Amino acid sequence: MLSCVNPDQISGLAWLGCYLSTAKHMAFYQSFLIVLLLIAAVAPLAILLGLLSASASRARFFLIRLPGTLYIAMVRGIPDIVFFLFVPLALDQGIEYLRHRSLCSDQTGSVWQGNDFVVCDIAKMPLSSASQWVHDFYGFALAVVAFALVFGAFAGNVIAGAMAAVPKAQLETAEAYGMTRRQVYWRIMFRQMWIYALPGLSNLWMILIKATPLLFLLGIQDIVYWARELGGAKTSAFTYPHPDWRIWYFLGLLVFYLMMTWVSERGFTYLNKQFSRGQSMAINPQKEGA
Amino acid sequence: MSASCLASFQDYGLRAIGYGQRILPKSDITLCDQFALIGSGLIWNVFFGVLAVCLGYWFAMAIAVGKASERGIYRRFSSGFIFLFRGSPLFIQFFFAYELFVLLPKVGVTLDLWIAVIDLETRWLTRAWLGALLVLICNTTAYSAEIFYGALRASPRGEIEAANAYGMTPWQMFWKVQWPNMMRLAWPSYTNEAIFLFHATTLVFFSGFPAWRQSGDALYYANYFADKTFNPFVPYPIIAFYFIVLTLLIILIFGLVNRRLNRHLPDARRSRLMIRPNLIR
Repeated sequence: MLSCVNPDQISGLAWLGCYLSTAKHMAFYQSFLIVLLLIAAVAPLAILLGLLSASASRARFFLIRLPGTLYIAMVRGIPDIVFFLFVPLALDQGIEYLRHRSLCSDQTGSVWQGNDFVVCDIAKMPLSSASQWVHDFYGFALAVVAFALVFGAFAGNVIAGAMAAVPKAQLETAEAYGMTRRQVYWRIMFRQMWIYALPGLSNLWMILIKATPLLFLLGIQDIVYWARELGGAKTSAFTYPHPDWRIWYFLGLLVFYLMMTWVSERGFTYLNKQFSRGQSMAINPQKEGA
Repeated sequence: MSASCLASFQDYGLRAIGYGQRILPKSDITLCDQFALIGSGLIWNVFFGVLAVCLGYWFAMAIAVGKASERGIYRRFSSGFIFLFRGSPLFIQFFFAYELFVLLPKVGVTLDLWIAVIDLETRWLTRAWLGALLVLICNTTAYSAEIFYGALRASPRGEIEAANAYGMTPWQMFWKVQWPNMMRLAWPSYTNEAIFLFHATTLVFFSGFPAWRQSGDALYYANYFADKTFNPFVPYPIIAFYFIVLTLLIILIFGLVNRRLNRHLPDARRSRLMIRPNLIR
């Protein structure tokens, strides 16, 4: 077994082996799991939000239709990164503001004092006495909400298109059989639309993968953070001194993402084949742009 | 517009390109300051977006034709290029490119163009205006090339056969038959691509490229104000407003081109602009 006690006395591959298994590198490897965790958490939430907004945008009642269409349209016109910066901060302030109002109702005055946002100590979220993992988890949860909001709108867009692509004749037939609107929705529309939504959703999945490095902007210790941290030049004061190696770390990340894309492409080709099986008509759902 | 508001615009309206007040507002930040400074940052977004679209368009066409080529080497190179830039996040591409440019040896090349002598220095690559622009050009080239390639393959077969029958050279056939068809079919998707690209320019100053003398883009300043005032509810809606206007402008311009591309077709067969933008790369 290798001994990594005195790294300055070993060289070559042994040194590299020791270097790549330091505690900080272990944290780096774990941050890849954070990326996968984010994708796993955001994907179902985004589909749910997409279903809600797409259904809302098709509602008969004006007051339900308006927020649905507005939500989908808004995310389209504004760069997503604005949402990633805005939503967590706004959400954090909103939660702290509400807690401030309910927990410290004796304090008067605005929470925005000049250039500061001041709430009383017990309204802080999470409490300053909370352990580190609570802070980490809270930050991650805010990131998940921001991602889900943006991708929910994208998914809403795709699903609304898929709902419109379900053959009208089928819906009319269902109505002619005396089904209620709810029955038509659940028994015909909801089941048929997935095949039309699949190309768009697969595109969205690719985009979600490629959006994950933006976690870095939310102050989460993700792969970009560690790549910069570990790659930066280390003087001989460190146990493992090395020059600026950031380019190699980023090359690693590039390869990681290319591999994720390649595997996903394979997976979706397979899924598409599976879904198309047994469909009597040649389905050519409109391809997503870009 | 009140006098103080006019002063804000005079001080900060061109701050992003180095004119006006050198020091950014620190306290007593007014709404006008925010509008002026974020608006000046938009100059950079437009600079990156317009140049990348204009240059990327030509490269994309070359790559698309390369991907459709019968020669294996062109096809493989084009497919590889497209996979590399479409398969990885733009954010990582920026970081990687910056580190790469930093490592390049510092040399200068002098180009003598008869009318003007240009000194090219590799250190400029580490500046956002050139380095990030190069990455954006490569990125939009890859995405547009995929769109153009799809359109090229969907060009009507009969027209190509007719062109052959008329004895057109391949060069003539491309510019007179395939290219107009390709543009017409690709234009709606290409409009979306242009919109994403303008949105993607906001990433530049959040990746490796440093903002030189605090001259950043719109999001750089919006983020600055959100940090300074600790109130995200003003600067982010302002940048959102600016980008919605920019997006509408792009749709307008591209819509006019789309009308011209489809002018020979009866109304029912025209391809409409389907605006489905904002998919991150």
